[in-house]
Formats: sequence, C-alpha cells, structure tokens
Amino acid sequence: MKTTFKALALSAVAAFSAAGAASATECIAPANPGGGWDFTCRQIGRILQEIGVTPNLVQVTNMAGAGGGVAYSAVVADRNEDADLIVAASSATTTRLAQNAFAGATADQVRWVGAIAGDPGVIVVGKDSPYQSINDLIEAVKADPAAVSFAGGSAVGGFDHLKVLMLLNRAGFTDAKSVKYIGLDGGADAITQTVGGFTQAMTGDLSEVGGFLKSGDVRALAVLSDARVTGFDDIPTAKEQGVDLVAMNWRGLYVPKGISDDDYAKWVDALNKVAASDQWKQVMTENGLAPYTVTGADFETFVGENIAEITNISKEIGIIQ
Amino acid sequence: MDILSNLAMGFSIALTPWTLMLAVIGAFVGTIIGALPGLGPSNGVALLIPISFSMGLDAISALVLLTSVYYGAMYGGRISSILLNIPGDEPAVMTTLDGYPMAKQGFASDALVISGVASFVGAFLATIALMLLAPLLVQVVYKFGPADYFALYALAFCTLGGIGSNNQAKSAMAVAIGLGTAMIGYDKTTGMPRFTFGNMHLNDGISFLVAIVGLFAVAEVFHFIESHGRDSAIGVKLGKITVDWAKLWSTRWTMLRGTVIGFAAGVLPGAGASIGSFLAYMGEKAIARDPESFGKGNPRGVAAPEAGNNAAAGGALVPMLTLGVPGSGTTAVLLALLLTLNITPGPLLFTDRPEVVWGLIAALLIANIVLLVMNVPMVKIFVHILSVPSAILLPGVTMIAFVGIYSLTGSSFDMLMMIGFGVMGYVFRKLDIPTVPVILGILLGNAMEDNLRRAMVLSDGDWTYLFSSPISVGLWLAAALGFVAPMFLRGVLKRPPVPATDSYDRD
Repeated sequence: MKTTFKALALSAVAAFSAAGAASATECIAPANPGGGWDFTCRQIGRILQEIGVTPNLVQVTNMAGAGGGVAYSAVVADRNEDADLIVAASSATTTRLAQNAFAGATADQVRWVGAIAGDPGVIVVGKDSPYQSINDLIEAVKADPAAVSFAGGSAVGGFDHLKVLMLLNRAGFTDAKSVKYIGLDGGADAITQTVGGFTQAMTGDLSEVGGFLKSGDVRALAVLSDARVTGFDDIPTAKEQGVDLVAMNWRGLYVPKGISDDDYAKWVDALNKVAASDQWKQVMTENGLAPYTVTGADFETFVGENIAEITNISKEIGIIQ
Repeated sequence: MDILSNLAMGFSIALTPWTLMLAVIGAFVGTIIGALPGLGPSNGVALLIPISFSMGLDAISALVLLTSVYYGAMYGGRISSILLNIPGDEPAVMTTLDGYPMAKQGFASDALVISGVASFVGAFLATIALMLLAPLLVQVVYKFGPADYFALYALAFCTLGGIGSNNQAKSAMAVAIGLGTAMIGYDKTTGMPRFTFGNMHLNDGISFLVAIVGLFAVAEVFHFIESHGRDSAIGVKLGKITVDWAKLWSTRWTMLRGTVIGFAAGVLPGAGASIGSFLAYMGEKAIARDPESFGKGNPRGVAAPEAGNNAAAGGALVPMLTLGVPGSGTTAVLLALLLTLNITPGPLLFTDRPEVVWGLIAALLIANIVLLVMNVPMVKIFVHILSVPSAILLPGVTMIAFVGIYSLTGSSFDMLMMIGFGVMGYVFRKLDIPTVPVILGILLGNAMEDNLRRAMVLSDGDWTYLFSSPISVGLWLAAALGFVAPMFLRGVLKRPPVPATDSYDRD
C-alpha cells in the first residue's frame, strides 16, 4: 500500500516519477531530513551502492514521529519480515527505549545490526568563558548549580542532558535535579545560545560543534571519548582530566526481528564492509565522527547493557519511576 | 568588489544550458507542488532529493534543481490560496485573507499578477541581502535569547486581533484553540508527554500540516458537498490574464516593507516564512489608512504576505548556511541535501567552500527570474491545473489531501485527525469563527512556549527576565502598541458601529 501511495504522490507531483523499484533496499530515517538518522541513512545508503552491496540507490524514507517511536512501532508491527529494510538508529533510540518512551516497545522486538561510528560527546563554552577545564566547570556547578546553565540539542532526559548529568555524577555531584538545562532544536541552535551568552555551556556531539570550534566562537573543555579524536587532537578527553566518562552517540542500524538469520548475517556483513570502506572513513573525518565499529552479536550485547545503564541513570534523576 | 567577482564565479558555475534547463524544470515542478494543497515546499524538496540523486546530478546541479523547487513552491502556494481559498503551503495562509476575496470580486488575475510580482521582489531582494549581509546577519542570531524570541511571538499574537473575521473575540477564541492544540505532545522542558492519552501518535504533537489541510481543504470539500458547489471556493473561474499596471505600481512600497519584515523574520531560526508573511501582513494593515479594507480584497493584503514569505525563504538561508541552523522545515531539507553532498554548513562554509555558496546564490537568482516569467505571463497553465471540472477537482483535492498527508507522516492516524480538523473547519465556518488564527496558534505555539520555558529555567522563574534585554523591551513595546493602537484608532476613525459584512464572510 505504501509504495502505491508513494508512486501516486510522486506522479501527482511530478510528471517524471523516477523513484526506485519496489524491491529496492529501503532505509528508514525515523526523523525529518537534516538530522543524524537522516545522515546515517543517506551516507550508508550511498556507500552501499558505491561499493556494490546494493545494485540500486537505497531509498531513504523519512518517518518522523515520537522521537523514532513511530518508525519503531511501524517496523515491529508492519514490516517485521522485510529483509530489504534497514533503519537508522543511534544512542537516542536506546535512550528512549530505556525510558519507555516508545509506548511499551522493547529493544528485543528488532535485531540490532551494529554501530559503525560514534559521535563523541563534547562540552563547550563560549570563547570568553572563564572556565578553562572541565573541572573548572564542574566546580562552578558544585559551588552554585543555579549559576551554570547548559544548552543542548535534545529535550530534557535526552542524550545531551544525560551527558551532563553523567559527567557531574561521576565527579561526585549527585543533585541532578538542580542542574539547569534547556533543550533546543539541535546542537547548532544550542551553540548560538551559548555564543550569545544566554547559557554558560553547551553539551552536544562533536560533529555538531566542529565548524564553531574551527571558527573560534566556542572552546571545547572536554571530549567524552576513550581517547583524543583525530582531527580534534587538542581537545582533552574528560578521562584524562580525571572524570571517567565515555559518552558516544553511536550511529548504526537495526533491522526487523522476523528476518532469517542468513539475512541478518548479510546485513552485518554489509555494514562491516561499509565500515571498512574508504568512503566511510572520509565521511567520518569530514563530520567529526570517531571510528566505533561494533556489529552482530557484540552489538546486541552492547545495546542490552547500554539500555540497562541508561535506565539506572534515568531512575536516579527521576525521569522514569 | 569581492562580492561581484564571487558572484561572477557563482554564475560561471551555475549558468549553463543544462543547469538552466534544471532550473526551468525545478521551477515548474515546484510551482505545482506549492499550488497543490498539502504538498508544501518541504515535502516537495524531500520528494525530489532521491530523484536528483538517481539522475546522478553533481552538487551544483542538484542545488539548482532543488532550490528552484523550493522557491517555486513558495511562488506556487499563492495560486490555490487565491483561487480556492486553500493555502497551498503553510506560509500562504495569509494570502487567502485578501487574495480569495479579490478572486471572488473578479480580480483573480490582478491578485495572481500582484502576488507573483511581490514574490519576485521579496525573493530577489532577499537573495541580494543574503549575498551582502549573511556574514553580518549571523551576529543577529547570537543576540536573540529565549526572552527575545518569546517577545517576538508575543508581538505576533498581540497584533492578531480581528484577523479573518469581524469579531475580535472569535479571533481570540480561535487563537486559544490553536495554542491549546499546540500543547499536545512532548513538553521539551520536562520531557513528559502532555494530553496524549497514552497514544504514541500524539507524542510529537499535531502537525500543523494536518491541521491546515483539514481546516482548509477538507472543510472546503464538506462545504462544497453541502452547497452543491454554489458559492463554494472550489472552481473560481479566471478570465484573461491582464496586468493592471497602476494597481501593481500602487503596491510597490508594500512589497518593499513586506520584504524587509519577511527577511528579518526569516533570518531568525525558528521564526521562518510563516511568521514572516504574518508580520508583513499585520505591519501593512497597521500602517494603512484603511485597515478595515484588509480581508476584503485589498491588493496590498496580497502583496505584503507574498513579499514577506518569499523574502523569509531567502532569509532562512542565512542561519542555515552560516550556522547550520535551519530556520524552517524546507531549509532543514536543504541542509540534509548539503550534508548528503558532503558539504557541512557552518561558520566556515563561506570561506571553505565559496563555490558552493556562490553557486547556490547564483542558482537562486536564476530560479527567481525563471519563476517570474513562469508565474506572471504563464500563470494560466497552473490555473488550468486547478480549474478542472468540480467532478474531477473535488475528488482530486480529497485525494491530494490524503496522499499528501500520508506521504508526509506515513500514519493513518494523521489522516483521521485531518478529517477531524475538516469537520472542525466546517463547523467553525458555520459559526463564522476564522480558522487562520487556529493555524497560527498551532504553528507558533510550541516555539513560543518552549522559549518561555527556557527563559524561566535560565532565570529561576523570575518573570522580569522576559523584559531584561533591549531587544525584548523593543519587541514588547511594539506588541503593546500593536494591541492598543487598533482600539485607539477605531475611535479616531469613527467606524460605523455595525461593521459591513461581505458575501465571503457568510459562506
């Protein structure tokens, strides 16, 4: 039905409807164009074709709604046996699953193919900020939580917010509810508020702040990765400043639960090929992504642990009961 | 002279027979997309991205094609607003207010020509402003904090009185319904769902597109069925296209004012084309000597919002290119396109990838000239598409409404919701309650609330924070003036106690 409607819509719109054939591989980006999931679908889709894994262009469908929940339940309910379907996912997907934001859906209703890059978390401040290290910032929050406000690209309880709370938590500040955080529509928007001086710090993904770091509008206090990131070698990790936190916004895929093990293995293999391709390496460099390849069974384990961790934190800060 | 040599470089990239052909195709398809109710510029561009890739277009060609579609849709939105009283896309809502009465009075061709030229003036000047001012304007974005944005939205709603109806109380009620509807869904500040009744489809709130298509297109279909087509919006006929130069010339300052207001609104992320056309219309009405003629077929009521929304489309490219912050749904799609082409917009785009920026600007200028040619002398072609017999048009409108919404959200729930809005629109029409304020409430309500909540978080709940910056104080003063001035002026102008009603108010 969906393809029929699509075809109708296209031919109603344009005389030349050249959209892909019905059997083409489809990648669902569970958000509107422009965001990270859309990016994942479009880049992986492009590379899949370029390295010859899929013969045709991968068709990207934007299925926005409920922060990915609409796409999630559509895949579970309607597309459970579709072997030509991949869906973009990130730590936001598992965060929402952990916080039961997908109307009761659980992580075991789909199969997790893998993550092939991570976007390391980063904490930045305006160029004229008095804070020189992540510890300066943490001490300021400890001294007076009301004096330091954070801007981020996710809603309250989202991954950007959790990064700040996890960071403070590991540094021994546990009064999570007193931390001031405002959620904006995306990382770039959050940066403009920080550059404008409306908030003292911004929390986001490294890929969102790269341009602003290079132009000198903001300074990064810490990157939340295991080691320093190539291309951003002068940003110290939180770990080396004494706060042991790694928060990667991984980029990856899930597929429907009902496909055969062979089909699942085929997708794991395809994703590994993308991860190893030169094109993907270039995409990662250009977008501030760090290599972070976890696929197949390892990834399914990772997702399980990740969800358990986020559930715990969210309970601690009272986002879920 | 830097700008001129850069622009020459841009044209040398963008001005080839091949790209010109793409611009013509894009402008044509875009105009149709804009004219069809429910299919706005963002869906149009999103639908064409895969096509442009399967055609194997390079970055500049793809940009030319898709920006032509983008600007084309902004032009096309006015056609169905004027002829059908159904806005083709969300920024075209304001154009219905005077465009449709003009068409009813037999001035459809004037309305189309004036709005076409206004679109051109708005878009063309905005593109030039983008070219000259983008690096400076980016500083303005940094100056706007939550309190300032809240004041901006307050300004919009304070100037709203009496829109689309003769009764201010009904307008106010309609706004309240719109704002209330906007509250449905996740609350960004606490992350909690509100008024969703556990239904996941309501978590993201109600899409204003669903509301627009329901309140306008579906309600129109109901009305058509009831009246057997008599007195209905569907099927206004259009005679020969003639240009009334005097009338056109009389709107020149209106177009310029609309352009300035629209461009400024477009530059601010989160404001965008809808508030641009809205403020342009309100501004024009506020300074007019005959404000009561607005909403009854005043040509300036067509020129202002069209110049405003097209200028805003250009303005929205400023934060998109310089900050990577999309100012509207459509620029979000263009941002996605740039990212797919491995171009990352941001503060360094102008210095790192000048060929992309200047190629894009040249493409926009080309698209505008193509669109002016296509939309003024050749507007009949598009009118023909909309003026098919009602036996075909009626099911056509219905089908496009459903297909448009389904292709956008992929959810049957939204189609049911759209029918619900259609019934609501029909009932409101019977009660003479305007539906435009409902749309504006839904469209702007979330951003307004989010900014209020952010301001309250930052200030620990101190209300004086809302008046703490010079920008916000200025906006609040303008808002207060916009609210009080009409009451004061009404006394001065000694309007008749019973306002005259026109036929379109009763249908």
